[in-house]
Amino acid sequence: MSSRLKGLGLAASVLASSLMLGAPQVVAQESIYVPLFTYRTGPFAGSGIPIADGMHDYLQMLNERDGGIGGVKIALDECETGYDTKKGLECYDAVKPKNPVMVNPWSTGISLSLIPKASVDKIPVLSMAYGLSASARGDVFPWVFNPPATYWDGLAMIIRYLGTESGGLEKLKGKKIGYIYFDGGFGKEPIPLFEQMAKEMGFELKLYPVPPGEMQNQSSQWLSVRRDRPDFMVMYGWGAMNPTAIKEAVKINYPMDKFVSIWWPGENDINGTEGAKGFKMLNWHGIGTDYPALKDIQKLVVDKGLSKSPKEKVGELLYNRGVYNAILIAEGIAQAQKITGKKVVDGSDVRRGLENINLDEARFKAIGLPAFAGNLQLTCKDHNGHRAAFIQQWDGAKWVKITDFIEPMPEKVKPALDEAAKEYGEKNAGWPKRSEACDKS
Amino acid sequence: MDILFKVLIDPFLQMGAMPDLFVQTIWDGFVTGVLYALIALGFVLIFKASGVFNFAQGIMVVFAGLTLVGLYEMGLPAPLALLVTLGVMFVLALAIERVVLRPLVNQPDIILFMATFGITYFLIGLGELIFGGNPKQMITDQLFLPRGAIEVKMLGGFVQFQKIDIAAAVIAVVMIVALAVFFQKTRIGRALRAVADSHKAALSVGISLNQIWVIVWFTAGIVALVTGIMWGARSDVSFGLQVIALKALPVLILGGFTSVPGAIVGGLIIGIGEKLGEFYWGPLVGGGIESWLAYCIALGFLLFRPQGLFGDKIIERI
Repeated sequence: MSSRLKGLGLAASVLASSLMLGAPQVVAQESIYVPLFTYRTGPFAGSGIPIADGMHDYLQMLNERDGGIGGVKIALDECETGYDTKKGLECYDAVKPKNPVMVNPWSTGISLSLIPKASVDKIPVLSMAYGLSASARGDVFPWVFNPPATYWDGLAMIIRYLGTESGGLEKLKGKKIGYIYFDGGFGKEPIPLFEQMAKEMGFELKLYPVPPGEMQNQSSQWLSVRRDRPDFMVMYGWGAMNPTAIKEAVKINYPMDKFVSIWWPGENDINGTEGAKGFKMLNWHGIGTDYPALKDIQKLVVDKGLSKSPKEKVGELLYNRGVYNAILIAEGIAQAQKITGKKVVDGSDVRRGLENINLDEARFKAIGLPAFAGNLQLTCKDHNGHRAAFIQQWDGAKWVKITDFIEPMPEKVKPALDEAAKEYGEKNAGWPKRSEACDKS
Repeated sequence: MDILFKVLIDPFLQMGAMPDLFVQTIWDGFVTGVLYALIALGFVLIFKASGVFNFAQGIMVVFAGLTLVGLYEMGLPAPLALLVTLGVMFVLALAIERVVLRPLVNQPDIILFMATFGITYFLIGLGELIFGGNPKQMITDQLFLPRGAIEVKMLGGFVQFQKIDIAAAVIAVVMIVALAVFFQKTRIGRALRAVADSHKAALSVGISLNQIWVIVWFTAGIVALVTGIMWGARSDVSFGLQVIALKALPVLILGGFTSVPGAIVGGLIIGIGEKLGEFYWGPLVGGGIESWLAYCIALGFLLFRPQGLFGDKIIERI
């Protein structure tokens, strides 16, 4: 039987490795090529689809309404990664010859693999609110951008909120905080800071990793939660992990108002789950279609059949997250055109453009998204912004904003980021010192 | 010494200190094991009748669940959607026999195995094309499946029995009994067993292999539908379920590829074993051991019984 099984395993590997991508498309000369790494299939499609739609539709809307950016059409191209790092790298190899002005990996695993390639290939990596937290340091990672907040900022904001809920940060001392997380690059990212905070603030941290293959089979983790009785639960989940975790929390009667997530669950993850009322999460931008730009998307993209999104999904939380990502893409390109005076910009230009993003109130209004999100200014040194986010709560039918913007804890996050950036340089021998000049903003 | 205490003594002290949680873990493992057993049953049925290791069994679970919910969302009443889904699974069985199995008769096993990979990717594509990649909520109420939980106070604490889990266990038992009766007492069942024993002998007494294959694949499709409904009710119907279906592999290693009782006992051992392992020993290594512990348990058994618990011992003359 063993030789038979070996044969089967070999055949499986051959088949898996044969899943190759399609041949590269020809990109028109007078266009700016923006590949979107998306996942509309597999266990992460529930999160990936609305984000892919939001990104695509906003950029498509710019093509329809404004003829692109600065008069140059955006050549959009999707590559399906299935949230798989190997497939993501295949996507990268497929799009690289077409001179992309940036890549949006939409996976921390893929981002981590692309970071060393970015400076060599001169293709900026935009990992919006995910990826390597330390890549916020523009002086160490000139080709990587992760605005508007890192996972470490997210954790700091959650802890600050839990402190407020407990009557002050000092009241967290002696409390027990559980952390249920996707047991991959993304979920592990905030653990060093979490452990440091637990030590400094005196709370006990309990870890509940969910292996990728067990996202829909979490009863053991939640049974452990029932045993440990944490005062609060924090979640960093993605894809099929989120709805299952919410259902399991309801099942063990965990108080939902003590359960706080990073910014990734969407309506699909919670809608229809009886007992999920009270669940909380971080967010930093608007929901709904009550913005001129979203109306334009509906009119010029969705109604014309140029979108893959059903009309009723436009404006949902993760759809608008995709829109926010597309705003950053468009702003980076627009800034690059402004700085260089060129219409058709390349990756090096857009890297400079991203470093000069300045999305203030007036700019959000000008692009048809008034008060959509807080101000964001990136600089040569700061590729993140470390912007504040707020807590929203599920009321059984929709998200309701329940706090003002909560600032992260720069006094804790910044030294940790500096240390992590230094460590990254040391671990990756020969990590180049920044040679790219900074533009005057 | 400390590590020995933590590995060998402490978990058992915990079991004694919180017996209600121990019972809860066993129950959770039992229900998970029942669902693993159902998936494994689909593999075993097809392996017995056609000698094919059906890699597509996992995606059949997803496809059946998606079809049911998708048809309901398209406006069909739930009972009708259920019937139409059964019809779809029958058509699928028919198509697989005509398009995949029949042309590959007498080909080596590895070719048939690879063909089931093809079926997997075809069903992934077809499912996503028709129903989209978004996870779907199982239509639990419309199928008259119970919701909520029964809390039983015992052993100084309480044990929670989800009604859907009880239903899953009952339905699985009914299904297994029905399959056993089908195999033992009906003419088709006897023909299936004859095919499982020897294709050539079965052919020589006039049993139609093609017909048997359709019946077996359809039966596996029914098993997949039941599994899809039950697991979908516990979480969601999403393409992630096909990964869980791979948990049937250690179950098969343990129970044997050709044994229905083996699939059931194997499923229960793996289900209960991995839950106990994760709950009591997982924290010692940072948790998250469930995904590989099942394989370790199965490999441990393999050392002593390479044919699995109930599998046939194959002796070949050289």
